[in-house]
Amino acid sequence: MVETLEKNAEVSSDQNDLELLTFRTGNHEYSVDIMSVREIRGWTRATSLPHAPNYVRGVINLRGTVLPVVDLSMRLGLETDEPSDRNVIIVVDILGRTVGMRVDAVSDILSVPRSSLQAPPGMSADEDQSFVSALTIIEGRMVRVLDLVSVLPPGTEAAA
Amino acid sequence: MSDPMAEIRASFFVECEELLEALQDGLQAMEGGESDPETVNIVFRAVHSIKGGAGAFGLDRLVAFAHVFETALDEVRAGRLEADAANLSVFFRGGDILSDLVRTSRDSTNLPESETDPVLKELEALVGDVGGEADVEEVADFEPMALDFSFDDDDAAGDADPGLPSLPPLDGLDETEENEGTGGTVTVHFRPHMGLYESGNDPVPLFRSLSELGTLSAECRWESLPTLSEYEGKVAFLSWTLHLETDADDEAIREVFEFAEGRCDFEISRGEVNPSTTALDLPPLEASAPSEPASGADLTDVAPEGMLSAAPDIAPPTIEPASAPNAPAVEEADAAKPAAPPSPAAKSAPPAATASATVRVDLERIDRLVNLVGELVINQAMLSQSVGQSELPSNSPVHTGLDEFMQLTRDIQESVMMIRAQPVKSLFQRMSRIVREGSAAVGKEVRLVTTGEATEIDKTVIERLADPLTHMVRNAVDHGLESNDDREAAGKPREGRINLSAAHRSGRVVIDVSDDGGGINREKVLAKAIEKGLVPADQDLSDGEIDNLLFMPGFSTADEISNLSGRGVGMDVVRNAITALGGRISIQSAPGAGTTFSISLPLTLAVLDGMVVQSAGETLVVPLSAIAETLTLTENDIRALGPQTTVVQVRDNFVPLIDLATELGYSDPRESYVGAIVLLIAFEDGSRSALAIDAIEDQRQVVIKGLEESYGHIPGVAAATILGDGQIALILDPADLILNASGRSRRLPNLQAAG
Repeated sequence: MVETLEKNAEVSSDQNDLELLTFRTGNHEYSVDIMSVREIRGWTRATSLPHAPNYVRGVINLRGTVLPVVDLSMRLGLETDEPSDRNVIIVVDILGRTVGMRVDAVSDILSVPRSSLQAPPGMSADEDQSFVSALTIIEGRMVRVLDLVSVLPPGTEAAA
Repeated sequence: MSDPMAEIRASFFVECEELLEALQDGLQAMEGGESDPETVNIVFRAVHSIKGGAGAFGLDRLVAFAHVFETALDEVRAGRLEADAANLSVFFRGGDILSDLVRTSRDSTNLPESETDPVLKELEALVGDVGGEADVEEVADFEPMALDFSFDDDDAAGDADPGLPSLPPLDGLDETEENEGTGGTVTVHFRPHMGLYESGNDPVPLFRSLSELGTLSAECRWESLPTLSEYEGKVAFLSWTLHLETDADDEAIREVFEFAEGRCDFEISRGEVNPSTTALDLPPLEASAPSEPASGADLTDVAPEGMLSAAPDIAPPTIEPASAPNAPAVEEADAAKPAAPPSPAAKSAPPAATASATVRVDLERIDRLVNLVGELVINQAMLSQSVGQSELPSNSPVHTGLDEFMQLTRDIQESVMMIRAQPVKSLFQRMSRIVREGSAAVGKEVRLVTTGEATEIDKTVIERLADPLTHMVRNAVDHGLESNDDREAAGKPREGRINLSAAHRSGRVVIDVSDDGGGINREKVLAKAIEKGLVPADQDLSDGEIDNLLFMPGFSTADEISNLSGRGVGMDVVRNAITALGGRISIQSAPGAGTTFSISLPLTLAVLDGMVVQSAGETLVVPLSAIAETLTLTENDIRALGPQTTVVQVRDNFVPLIDLATELGYSDPRESYVGAIVLLIAFEDGSRSALAIDAIEDQRQVVIKGLEESYGHIPGVAAATILGDGQIALILDPADLILNASGRSRRLPNLQAAG
């Protein structure tokens, strides 16, 4: 499935367009650059890690590698419930590392012109934790483009 | 795209490592009294090859040093310099510097000249001792070998084929001195060994380079060639007589054969050649050839058939018919049966075949294979689990098939782990250098004896063992052994002895470093420990406990800080390094007889024997090596200590109780520990802690998966593994866990525990 996604992205995207994978988490709509997505998989129970921040769900076995999973709703300070089987994990590559993000559901793949992206207005209350790198409007809805580096668990951030 | 030159360069340095190892081996053999010419030759060739390669990459300092080294070794080879202990020690140091130079050249750093110069001077001095004669004898340099050959050839010619025309070089020999370097005709007898072909050399380019020096005519001597039915594909049969009209001196000719050196016999002689030899001799040669096989069995080693395909370039077409039937055999030539070279020196050489039996593989590929096999093991466990849950009868083919699959998986895993394993030899060789340098620094005569060099351990373990072992060997030289005079006074041999041994013992590798010194001075150790406040002054300690004080941080017994040791980096660092490898270290010492440090290590870092346990609903793995015993607590075992802490009475001792779930932040301390299961964790220093868990599930081998790369370090956790159900379980690092443990095992009444 992932390969097909990526292939389509390659075929249809020209230089000026950005392919975004949109998803819902904590009743909000976010998106990530599809080129950083490696795969999407169903929720499996994660092994929790001691001394980890609360938004780190733990680690799962991704075909033999140990994959840390971040609960995106918790990371973004949104309401969250216990993970259910309907949740998915989006596996992304960030700075050469692979991290899973638990989200409620994947919605769509959008192609937006790069020119339509706007920088989020600086809000001092969120200054330390700005998780949105850009905003855009599609069919009247606001779509947030997630800044992947900022959702990294702390250990990996330091190491990367 | 990678730079091809960089790749070649990298492989040169890999080769250098091997050559340096061969050099060390050779020198050690010489030190052990093996002074046969082949050993000397191996040493010489190792240095020579490094020089050759270094020249190609423009590593001038390496070339310059190797050249001086090689010159000195050549003196030994020529028998003008004796390889006695003093000279060998210079050679050993030469080898050390050479390896330093190789290393610095590889890393493009600079080795200060103050390091190389003293040894360089000593090497030059060795050559200088015989330098007076060297100029004169330079000419005769190669003659011992050449004469060997010529006698051989002579006999052969005489016995085997009386009809062969007399050899021109024989009279040429007499004229060598008069004609040296003055031009005219030079006759070269050239008889390649099988080794020449095996190393990918071809005589044709040699002939071509020769012909650049002057007018060359070549004559192929194929009288030793047997009939086809008796033909053996792996023996070199052919030899050549080359006539060269040139002004060049012998040195220039020898240079042409430089790369064939040691893999062929050749002899240079000067003198007028009867021009008829070249052309006119051929018919009789051809005629005599058929008679060869019957009488010339001892000649089968003379020249290789590999030549045949090349020969038409130079030799007259007379041998053309022979080349066709023999050509296929050439391809089959392999290293399994090297031709016995005629020189007696080479006959005693170990077969070169062993070297070609190895393959150089990128470590990354092996690691990938190791990972994949790890997957296979996990997968197999998952499969077993689901088959076990299905309601198949236990005699069903699925079960038997699965059993075989399990067996195979285990075999594959073991074999793959063996690929990563390397003999400890390279490590031990580094130690011999440490001993040399160390003993020179403290002025003691020390002999290092190594055993079990072929013992294999995981490559990573070897790499990470280098530092601690260096430290231990230095300690043995510095602290372990008494001074030479003291030894004599104690009635021991003047020369101190350090034994370094490796062996496999019950699934682990045991490395011992022992000395025959004075043993641990326990009074002094205790006094020092009390002085430094490491133990209370009035404490009664057993001998073993005193010995273990050496592992306390910041402990050093050396009265004076020497260059070698006693700088505060002590045995505690060694022990930490060993523990980090999953190993243990222990001391045995007998006053007056010496001290032995034993390191016991796991065979591999990829799998671990662990106990699978449950704590607060999580599955965790505790390394089996850390667990001394397991207990179920009864009410009488549990004693409250402070408001939040508890101790467990184990026989006559009290050990702190540590709740795993609390320490990992999974849950608060439980109400009562009655009936709880505790693992008694033992530490190297003898102290123990009781780790409370919920249940013990299983005891088995688990594949280690690093966490640091994907997530980062977690206190108290060493790594992760994947269990049979596909779930990840964390592998605990009990030492780290307990070191950082809060020890909280009781709930405070009416107080919400924070954190």
